[in-house]
Amino acid sequence: MTDLSMNDLMKAKVIGRTEIEDLVVVPLFAIIVALLLGAVAMLATNVDLGTIGLSYLALLKGSVGSLNAISETLTAAAPLVLAGLGLALGFRAGLFNIGAEGQIVTGGIAAVITGFSFAGLPTLILLPMSLLAGALAGALYASIAGFLKATTGAHEVISTIMLNLISYRLLDYLLRMPAIQKEGRADPISKSVPEAAELPRLLSFLDPNLRVHAGIFLVLIAVAIVYWLLFRSKLGFEFRASGENAEAARFAGIHSSVIIVAAMATAGALAGLAGANQVLGVLGRATPGFSAGLGFDAIAVALLGRSHPVGVLFAGLLFGALEAGGRQMQVDAGVSIDLIGIIQALIIVFIAAPLLVRAIFPWGFRRDREGGS
Amino acid sequence: MTVINGPTAGTKIDTGKQRQARITGFILLGIAILITLFFAPDAAGNATFRLSRPTDAIPVPNLVVPGGPFIYVAATILAFLGVRQFLHGGTKWTSLSLGIGLAIAVAAFLVWATAGKAFSLTGMLQATMVRAVPIALGGLAGVLSERVAVVNIAIEGMLLAGAFTGALVGSLIGGFGGLAAAIAVGGVFGFILAALVVTYRMDQIIAGVVINLFVLGFTSYVSSQVFAEYRSLNNAPVFRSVKIPILGDIPVIGPMFFNQNIFVYGALIMVAVATYYLFHTRLGLRARAVGEHPRAADTLGINVYRTRYINVTLAGMVAGFGGAWFTLGSVGRFDEGMTGGRGFIGLAAMIFGRWHPVGALAAALVFGFADSLQQKLALLQTPIPSEFLAMAPYIATIIVVAGLVGRARAPAADGKPYVKE
Repeated sequence: MTDLSMNDLMKAKVIGRTEIEDLVVVPLFAIIVALLLGAVAMLATNVDLGTIGLSYLALLKGSVGSLNAISETLTAAAPLVLAGLGLALGFRAGLFNIGAEGQIVTGGIAAVITGFSFAGLPTLILLPMSLLAGALAGALYASIAGFLKATTGAHEVISTIMLNLISYRLLDYLLRMPAIQKEGRADPISKSVPEAAELPRLLSFLDPNLRVHAGIFLVLIAVAIVYWLLFRSKLGFEFRASGENAEAARFAGIHSSVIIVAAMATAGALAGLAGANQVLGVLGRATPGFSAGLGFDAIAVALLGRSHPVGVLFAGLLFGALEAGGRQMQVDAGVSIDLIGIIQALIIVFIAAPLLVRAIFPWGFRRDREGGS
Repeated sequence: MTVINGPTAGTKIDTGKQRQARITGFILLGIAILITLFFAPDAAGNATFRLSRPTDAIPVPNLVVPGGPFIYVAATILAFLGVRQFLHGGTKWTSLSLGIGLAIAVAAFLVWATAGKAFSLTGMLQATMVRAVPIALGGLAGVLSERVAVVNIAIEGMLLAGAFTGALVGSLIGGFGGLAAAIAVGGVFGFILAALVVTYRMDQIIAGVVINLFVLGFTSYVSSQVFAEYRSLNNAPVFRSVKIPILGDIPVIGPMFFNQNIFVYGALIMVAVATYYLFHTRLGLRARAVGEHPRAADTLGINVYRTRYINVTLAGMVAGFGGAWFTLGSVGRFDEGMTGGRGFIGLAAMIFGRWHPVGALAAALVFGFADSLQQKLALLQTPIPSEFLAMAPYIATIIVVAGLVGRARAPAADGKPYVKE
């Protein structure tokens, strides 16, 4: 179902004039139109013009307007980029992995369990160990779907959706186990992660409320590694070859089963890391539904970033900024943060359908070009 | 993906069917062992299944099954089927064996859970049908659009849009108005999906994801911005069950099929109509041709774009109707994200049902059964944690997708945009 529909995402890019239009002009138009349509949605729900202006100011202020705002943006962007990188890698290999959510859950809970189980160890050992546990758990969980696809042909879209649903129940169950549940609590909540396992906050010397944490370095390293893996390594070449044309890749001597499992495991490791990043950097513990739909937002981020590591980074930052700004908007203007969901969806529509943007703004582009990307 | 035939089949090279048969055999044997080890020891006493309720016109005696013996018999049959798959694998019996095996496993599980207690089978079957409705309609929407080669990830969003519209318009002008509006809005989203992927050649999966995001964002926004303040806008009437006179009195299956609300009847009728449309009419044949080989269809004078627009819009209308079930068919009130992934399960039902309306309905019934089973089992107080019971349908889906229809074939052109030359 997906092998060929993903082709557009995987075409090699050559930077030219039309590429610049696609990479710069289209996103700009997309954001402007999405914001305008967001305003229309607010008007339709009886929000007056003054409040609309106020809410967009708050959106700007809350995302980049202050040090705290930038810190919040980065904090919100980190897990989206990590999980988005994993999904992008899967898309490149022709796998439509919807399971980031489940991999975030398993990665997060594994990181928490490792964190409080070895509470005595120093940060230098415990933190990497917890992160690694998260990545491993995510990788193992994702490889279930990869293994099933490779051996029996079970479609990864279905198996990953089912694994997501299973992971929620598994989390609920684990959080009630005596060894994991916080002492003296009746509700499902895990023990807290010791300080030694937390991702240190970077700017707490300026203001203890600044939440930005060392996870952003993790993100940058992950972007670099995924870039190298995809475009500079043999494995990455095999991923992309299988994604472009599985049959041809097989005749070229690439073991498709191995590639499927490897791609799913790598994607799962990154999503698991995103989960670990959340529990070790932001939440400090695991609660039911701590993944908060990150895995689904990450699909949008990966698509918006056109499955390119750098694109994913920027898309994640944009989504993080909208998330952080949306919270400010809710506080300042009393407009529900759910408006952000509408704006995010519209941005993706316009970016993913350049033909549509060209149809709306014919004057923004060169005339002599027919067709889209 | 390819079945290798011929005499070269040594130890290394395997035909796909044989391997599938061995996997099936392995699963069946595993279940047999599990059942003997875990269920047999404490299945003491008789399991009583109530087949009719006190109010039913035709009373039927209870079905009483002796716990222990039944489980040993079930395990024996399972083991027999499993061994048979190992020895004579690769024949046409593989899928059937797995199907029968899973059914026996579920029966054994039920007997074990009910041993020494009583349990209303009729009530559960009725709940099964009710819970299968949105999944079946989601699956049917998937069938309609994928048969014309448009991958429809947007079912979830269309269901949610239908639920939202049903609640809003239903509160304003009544149930039938709400239902009509839900169908119309579902159709609009179907049309938008078609426009995005057919005319603007957007990637089909991205388009679907976007519609889901948009609908989730919009409905959540309105619900927290408007419904929270004006509660009267989110208080729709609910369609009650209507009993069909004579048929509704049939024991056991009567209440399941003939004492339900408009959504169950609608879903059954739509599945029948869609089957007739797709496989017995000229238009349906054209639609399938567009899904299998659009260029050939185009050459024969079939308007590929228009066929895709029409079928995807129809799919949206079906999903809109299914979405209205969540509000007009059950609680009358819209909650944020209330579809809870049913659209995706519908998608699974579609693949599980091999892109056939009846198959999708059957698959949806399996999900519905698992769903209601889990709810009823909570009442029986089995020692299994409720979370694991809740997982069971999903695990079963994975097993079935891996073993039974692992290599189900999608329409050939599924997911590919068509550019007319």
